[in-house]
Amino acid sequence: MSSTFLSALPLVFVLSGVVLYAVLAGADLGAGFWQLFAGRGRHGEEIREHAHHSMAPVWEANHVWLIFALTVFWTAYPTAFGSIASTLAIPFFLAGIGIVFRGAAYALRAGASTPRELAVIDTIFSLSSILTPFALGAMVGGIATGRVPVGNAAGERFSSWLNGTSILVGILAVAASAYLAAVYLAADAARRDERRLESAFRTRALGAGVVAGALALAGILVLRGQARALYHELVSGRALPAVIVSALAGLATLVLVYRRRFETARYGAALAVAAVVAGWALAQWPTILPGLDVRQAAAPHDTLVAVVAAVLGGGAIVFPSLVLLFRLTLAGRLDEGGPAGPAPSAPGRPEARHGLLPRLALACLIAGFGLLTIADAAWAHALGVTALFAFVVAGFFALVPTEES
Amino acid sequence: MIRVLADALVPAHQQYLDQARQMQALSFAVHIPLVAFGISFPALVLFAESRWLRTGDPLYRTLARRWTRILVALFAVGVITGTILSFEMGLLWPNFTATFGSVFGLGFAIEGFSFFLEAIFIGIYVYGWDRLSPRAHFLSGIPIVITGFTGSLTVISVNAWMNHPGGFTLRGGRVVDVHQWQALFANTYLWHELVHMYIAGYIVSGFVLAGAYAVGRLRGRWGRYERTALAIPLTVAALAAPVQVLVGDWAARDVARTQPVKLAAIEGLAQTTSGAPEHLLGWYENGRIRFGLEIPHALSLLAFHSWNAKVQGLDVVPPADRPPVNVVRFSFQTMVGIGTLLALLGVVFVGVRIRRRRLPESRWFYRALVVAGPLSVVALIAGWVTTEVGRQPWVVYRVMPTADAVTGAGSIPVGYTVLALAYVVVGIGVVWMLRRLAHVPLELEEAER
Repeated sequence: MSSTFLSALPLVFVLSGVVLYAVLAGADLGAGFWQLFAGRGRHGEEIREHAHHSMAPVWEANHVWLIFALTVFWTAYPTAFGSIASTLAIPFFLAGIGIVFRGAAYALRAGASTPRELAVIDTIFSLSSILTPFALGAMVGGIATGRVPVGNAAGERFSSWLNGTSILVGILAVAASAYLAAVYLAADAARRDERRLESAFRTRALGAGVVAGALALAGILVLRGQARALYHELVSGRALPAVIVSALAGLATLVLVYRRRFETARYGAALAVAAVVAGWALAQWPTILPGLDVRQAAAPHDTLVAVVAAVLGGGAIVFPSLVLLFRLTLAGRLDEGGPAGPAPSAPGRPEARHGLLPRLALACLIAGFGLLTIADAAWAHALGVTALFAFVVAGFFALVPTEES
Repeated sequence: MIRVLADALVPAHQQYLDQARQMQALSFAVHIPLVAFGISFPALVLFAESRWLRTGDPLYRTLARRWTRILVALFAVGVITGTILSFEMGLLWPNFTATFGSVFGLGFAIEGFSFFLEAIFIGIYVYGWDRLSPRAHFLSGIPIVITGFTGSLTVISVNAWMNHPGGFTLRGGRVVDVHQWQALFANTYLWHELVHMYIAGYIVSGFVLAGAYAVGRLRGRWGRYERTALAIPLTVAALAAPVQVLVGDWAARDVARTQPVKLAAIEGLAQTTSGAPEHLLGWYENGRIRFGLEIPHALSLLAFHSWNAKVQGLDVVPPADRPPVNVVRFSFQTMVGIGTLLALLGVVFVGVRIRRRRLPESRWFYRALVVAGPLSVVALIAGWVTTEVGRQPWVVYRVMPTADAVTGAGSIPVGYTVLALAYVVVGIGVVWMLRRLAHVPLELEEAER
């Protein structure tokens, strides 16, 4: 049995992944929402293009947060994961289908050449931008109200995610995504000096922000009827600070958007959404599923240690890279039509080809055959594979035409 | 508390087990060709870009830029099909994940980070053309090549563990005494699978790309640009395909040692036999191969390097523990047959390059290339069918039957249908998009045709 701290630490990682997915990929899905309702004509086209170009460089990295949260969750809390994924199979699957269509839109846009084709792709595939956040929100609603028992598909197939709380959280997730997206897109438009787009997304941000805030308040009232314990934690227990932070951040963001301070509003909007997730986690602590608390759900000690080590090690590599990506994006370095980089300064250098490479390749092939196919020892196989790789590389450089005329 | 957990996820007696298997198979079959591109294509693009940096020849820049567009579009499709696969770990096999997540999950957690880096640097590389300095741009592509390798390493480490499980003890339905580093990366079964798949990646993208330009050549598009664009991927594939024969032989010897029943299914060997023969083609029925071409002692020789080695037959396990022989055998023969043809095509190409110092000129060579592209994808999928169906009826070899892993949810048939339809729509879209990209006119002033 591991300490509570070690048992809970991976859950902190999972929830951080969920928060980052919500504030980053949520904005991507929200951008799809605005593409869907962009309307016709030149203005609608501009809105869809802006939503696309702002998100295109980062959407893949943003979606990886969900994969991250899932993999850490099933490694560290396998029983809980199996129970949730089997009882909530339908919304989980719907979220997946939504992600398929969202990604497909990015892939297919590469082939589109007329505004009409782009409009068709955006419209068809943007439906997913509503489906995915709703389905994921509905799952959260089901888990939060204790409708997912421990076991293989042991809960209700439909009412586990089609109940008042689930539907409300689902709609809240859609509204929050749209809100985040509008704030980010307004900020991007302001950075690029696109006044019309800026004011279009400012209006949308204000509207969506009010709706999301109202839904969050309504959610608390629905919980009062459906999940008393959770409700008490939210309004008077340990989750109260998170609720207050969320409300304040949400209000502050609206003011910032109203006053066109979009860059700061970005972080305020993200904080408001993050605080909602944190509030949920605190209100439910330490229970993950009914009868299963975090210590019971946790994997064996060594697994937890390995997960924590992998996350910290992986994070040490990924975070600097992520910072680089967002710095380049936010500085507009990856925008369409940005400043062109210089051409390479290298002059046309003639290639020196000598007879060494083919001989090296042949030697590697013979060595590889002997070590991998004839010999039986593991070390010989390792050397043999290395030799064969060397054969392919040397052979490639010996044979590839570089001055084909 | 332990009792609660031990009873936690009981097998579901799922009536839709076969649909769950097919849905998983469909998802893999769609994803794996994209993985093949993800492993190898970035290196080809970077090679073209490096030629541009070295020579200043704008042709290579055009080539790298056009390939980049294909690269990012295929990567996007790979992201979503891969996401579906990760969902299916819970959607289809919650008991597998619930029981063994603590053992194999680490592999996927590390793969998550690898995938992360790949997505980040693909974003930078793709949108950084003309924005970053040429050198910085080239360097931003290198992590994509590396993470293509580490991603396949970690995912295949999980598959290798399912085929040759270790690093844990099972007590009362719960895993205890877990050593996941050992389970995943000290597994002897990992290495041949990884090398086999990694090389397959280069063969598939090499022949598919070359095949696409071969179509152009047969239709008369054969400028300097097209010749270079065909030669680069084809040179890699032509060298990798013969190497794959040697690697495949190594893989089969490892399977013979660790999974004798899989080997028996691959060969249709009913009885344990000394000096076992090998059969080409034919059909397995009632314990023997009908209408096959028998090569005496070949199996003993290939699998154990010995004329009279004893090869275990299907009879070493009860009938319920045997995989469906004909599926496994047919897939294996498909893979080996296609692989051999591809290797021959590669040897022909290398021979012409060395002796004549030019590309082949025969129309038949280019017709063969057009066919080789799709065939290489078939071989790739057939290979995975061999190893995955050959592992049945086990999800974790000789530890957990697949039937015990499946979800109890009743939504499988509907989900399967919806996913299949979604993949059809996306598939049609991707074909449309690739054709469109291929027909974007070359920037003539740059390519200097």
